[in-house]
Amino acid sequence: MTAITALATVGQMAAVFLGAPWVIGMMRQVRARMEGRVGAGIGQPWRDLRKLLHKQQITPTGTTAVFAIAPAVVAGSTLLIAAAIPLITTASPLDAAADLFAVVGLLLIGTVALALAGLDTGTAFGGMGASRGIMVAALVEPTMLMAVFALSVPAGSTNLGAIVSTTDAAPWLALSPSALLSLAALVLVIVAEAGRLPVDNPSTHLELTMIHEAMVLEYAGPRLAVVELASGMRLTVLLALLVNLFAPIGIAGPEAGVAGVLVATVVIVVKVAALAAALAFVEVFLAKLRLFRVPELLAGSFVLGLLAVTSAYFFAGAGS
Amino acid sequence: MGWLTRIRRIGRIAEPAPAKPAPSVVLPPTGRKRSLQIRYVDAGSCDGCAIEIGAVFGPVYDAERYGARLVASPRHADALMVTGVVTRNMEQPLRNTLAAIPEPRIIIAVGDCACTGGIFADGYGVVGSVRDVIGADIEVPGCPPRPEDIIAALRSVTGR
Amino acid sequence: MITDVSTVIGAGTTPPAGAAAPFTYPPATHLWAAEPPTPAAAPSFLARVLSGAATVAIGATGIAAGTAAMIGALHPVTLDWAVPLVGVDLDLTPLGGLFALLIGIVAIPVGIYTVGYARTQHMGRFSLTVLPIFVAAMLLVSAAGSVPTFLFAWELMAATSLVLVWADHRRPAVPQAGVFYAVLTQLGFMLILLALVLLAAGAGTDNFADIAALADTLPGWTRSTVFVLTLIGFGSKAGLLPLHAWLPRAHPEAPSPVSALMSGAMVALGAYGLARIGLQLLGPGPRWWGLCLLAIGAASALFGVLSASVATDLKRLLAYSTTENMGLVAVGLGVAMLLASSGRIQIAAIAATAALLHLVAHAAFKTLGFLSAGAVLASTGERDLDRMGGLVHRIPATTVLFGIAALGASGLPLGAGFVSEWLLLQSLIHSPTPNDPLLALAVPMTVGAVALTTGLGVVVMVKAFGVGFLARPRSAGAADPLPVPRSMLAGMSVIAAACVVLAVAPVVMSPALTSALRGLRVNAAPLGPVLLRLPGVAGTVAPAVLGAGLLIAVLLVVLISRHGIRTRPKPVTSPLWACGADGLTPRMQYTATSFAEPLQRVFDGVLRPDTGLELDRHPGSQYVIAHAAYRARQRDVIEEHGYTPVLRAVRALAQVVRRAHTGSLHLYLAYGGAGLLTVLIVSLVASR
Repeated sequence: MTAITALATVGQMAAVFLGAPWVIGMMRQVRARMEGRVGAGIGQPWRDLRKLLHKQQITPTGTTAVFAIAPAVVAGSTLLIAAAIPLITTASPLDAAADLFAVVGLLLIGTVALALAGLDTGTAFGGMGASRGIMVAALVEPTMLMAVFALSVPAGSTNLGAIVSTTDAAPWLALSPSALLSLAALVLVIVAEAGRLPVDNPSTHLELTMIHEAMVLEYAGPRLAVVELASGMRLTVLLALLVNLFAPIGIAGPEAGVAGVLVATVVIVVKVAALAAALAFVEVFLAKLRLFRVPELLAGSFVLGLLAVTSAYFFAGAGS
Repeated sequence: MGWLTRIRRIGRIAEPAPAKPAPSVVLPPTGRKRSLQIRYVDAGSCDGCAIEIGAVFGPVYDAERYGARLVASPRHADALMVTGVVTRNMEQPLRNTLAAIPEPRIIIAVGDCACTGGIFADGYGVVGSVRDVIGADIEVPGCPPRPEDIIAALRSVTGR
Repeated sequence: MITDVSTVIGAGTTPPAGAAAPFTYPPATHLWAAEPPTPAAAPSFLARVLSGAATVAIGATGIAAGTAAMIGALHPVTLDWAVPLVGVDLDLTPLGGLFALLIGIVAIPVGIYTVGYARTQHMGRFSLTVLPIFVAAMLLVSAAGSVPTFLFAWELMAATSLVLVWADHRRPAVPQAGVFYAVLTQLGFMLILLALVLLAAGAGTDNFADIAALADTLPGWTRSTVFVLTLIGFGSKAGLLPLHAWLPRAHPEAPSPVSALMSGAMVALGAYGLARIGLQLLGPGPRWWGLCLLAIGAASALFGVLSASVATDLKRLLAYSTTENMGLVAVGLGVAMLLASSGRIQIAAIAATAALLHLVAHAAFKTLGFLSAGAVLASTGERDLDRMGGLVHRIPATTVLFGIAALGASGLPLGAGFVSEWLLLQSLIHSPTPNDPLLALAVPMTVGAVALTTGLGVVVMVKAFGVGFLARPRSAGAADPLPVPRSMLAGMSVIAAACVVLAVAPVVMSPALTSALRGLRVNAAPLGPVLLRLPGVAGTVAPAVLGAGLLIAVLLVVLISRHGIRTRPKPVTSPLWACGADGLTPRMQYTATSFAEPLQRVFDGVLRPDTGLELDRHPGSQYVIAHAAYRARQRDVIEEHGYTPVLRAVRALAQVVRRAHTGSLHLYLAYGGAGLLTVLIVSLVASR
């Protein structure tokens, strides 16, 4: 570990932390423009967050420490993922501590914390959101595992730094059948995990259709700010991971200098922005799925993941 | 005509923003401008005002460009927007909703009924106007008020 | 569970707004249907302490003997006087030593816990006496060095545990659970008996060490028969499909310390049997052995976790989760066998390490789970999640302890079960072998099953913890729980500490696993001190670093969110948001049933829930509903659709056989004569 990779790791965390609200703002802005509206501007989420941090903190009666610390756990686990995965550098000092199973587990810790917070309130909506959120997470997690699993078979390692370096060294690997299948599976599960259309509607006002929003109905002020920030960071991290798994162009290696790290930062920002805009563009054409159609979608992506792993095994068997 | 062509051909629906209104005497929540989350409550209106509010947040008037947004939970809100005269059955829920909004918060009464009681003022099931029941920081008169007026009221808070 | 909803349309009057009626809890449906729970006085302090101390002492002996065996300090002992004719052969191998250690780890907290539990739950003096014997019998199984000793210990273990399951026989559900357990465990015993007799007869010796030396010389069909019989027999003890049905019946009805012992330690001995006979004695077998084990394990894991996700009885849920976890262990052993027979010894070692580590982790978190479920039962009288809730406010220590168990069982990072599941997935990821289509097909399926199991496992534990312990009380018992005795808390804390150690520093198990696996003809994967770096393959994880990192990140977020704290208005506590209405009653919460409803719908085809809505229409008009009853029952699918036909066939056969029983003595004498004659003729023909 050099000082530069350490710096790059801090840079990853800072970029995700600062950039997440902009990603959300840009997606809203793209959507607004497509709908013929002017939009609030891409800085609006940051303005909302700043305002929320200056608002009163409300503790609903009967809630416990679980409710109070859940937002920090969601945000903290996401920050840790941001530090560990290869966004700017493939040589994060935490890379060895958290491989892809640990990253998927950390994501799940965030979901679980929020679901427990929803249950902790003891309201119907909290329970409803928790039940649905956990159902989606339970079906998303296996698919995500399978998809990244398929990618790690050619790399021979589950450490994301190694996977990304392998693809970086041999970009054609991203065009192998197993990589394409796992790309399709990953896109679907990231949409579900981040609570985007068609699985969940982030701008819904109707409690009965909510998944993520229903769990956080009781949060106010600073805690709400952390929840909103965390959900933005999760989306950002997932998008960044997706783009780096399949197109790691420009990422800084272990020997990169300051210039390399700076270039890598710019490149990842551009890549995530482009992907987020594309996602928002596609969302305009989608309607939310009925809740019980969502498992069908996720089952489909699970099968894609299974096929990806199978083909990865066949190719690994034939190639080596 | 495909969706894409339609989006391209129609282009921007939102009308150009009118001139910025004078800032209201009410301080924006927490003194931070440019962001206002609103919880909407119908305390007993005929739904005429609700239709206009729907238009305010629609693509033509696009209140979102001024930093205002409707939210699902009063806990997420900075402002309580009330339409209609306050009826007996809605009095307590209205008070509960207000109590659920974190400080600092403002109350926006929209429409004649909310401001003064309007034509329902003497009805048997009526408690009073919004001002009588929970007080109102901003009042938007009209039956129903024009979307431009509601927008102006919102902009006087967000300052955009 | 049957929910009874009475709805009268048009006849009700709307209560005035703001005047919510005071909430009353639904009437208690106590587990003690006919009698109050205290038919006998609580056993004396002395009796409780003696029993607890004996259990702790035997557990400590297990730990000491296990450790000694693993460093190779023990030699086989034969006690000829102990059992007539055959004697007792004790030979604690390193593998057995690991299990002795595991039994000790479970027995010590259970012993401490029993002191308090026996007082509040009135465990009888008889049960208190049998409890230490049960622990000793389990230790004897792990130390058995010959076939007769093993069978004797196995049966002793089965009998003592059966007696303990039956302890509360006055409750109506207990005898049925006991019968289920007795039948399945004896069925398993019969198969094991048959297998071991075949093995001993084939090898010409009943000593395990000698059998191991001779096993390779046995004919293939003998070895395969022995393997299949032991797979089913030990599988029934381990709670694997299809003979798992005793677990969700016996575990809930047994006293909680007994459930903990059974689920933490006894079930693990099923896996011990599989490893000892299947892997160690029979040695590397044909590939279909590994595939069989893999398939049964994967099916058990998936079925267990699905059933647990819709279970509402906390102890039943934990029992199904045992089936799930033992399924994962079987998957690990199966992968190890499969890879070992393909010559991938190094990767096979990772899989075997994963299986054994998961056994240890499971013993820790499941013991804690059952002990805290018992604490809840003792303090609220409830074990139905639908009637719990809000326990965090009144019994916070138990809540935290159950939380540790749930974290371990969910397989999340920082939980006790994470590292072993990680090892299992690692072994799968590195198993691609050139030109091996069988592996290339089997492994992805396994990956899918394991991934789905871990995903659903999270649902199970979020449900158990979130619905059972958080939120607001759903019954009078949960609203006003009794304090949990200190000895119970002490027992739970001991095993919770073990869970935490396994979660952050699984490396402490490394020497034990290494020495245990040496006997399995594969070497263990050495685990590095902080980073778990696997030998020969890439892939690392550091649970302790992850934990520290998460803590730092959370603190960082808390620090950031303090921005603007000076200008914030004072924090307040405010009533829950009920969409403007007053009086959000506890009945409006999500229950365990409603929490799992989406999953129940998604896996409708597998779970086949029995649901229905019965409407009583008003005599005056069919449009007016006088009474509505909703029924949602979740039965064990395999039990209902697999066991029932078999039982029906057995009963039909019994009816046929019964025709021979006319009660006539002459006829019986004739049967006897005919039988004797047949035997004579057969032996005559055979001897010629």
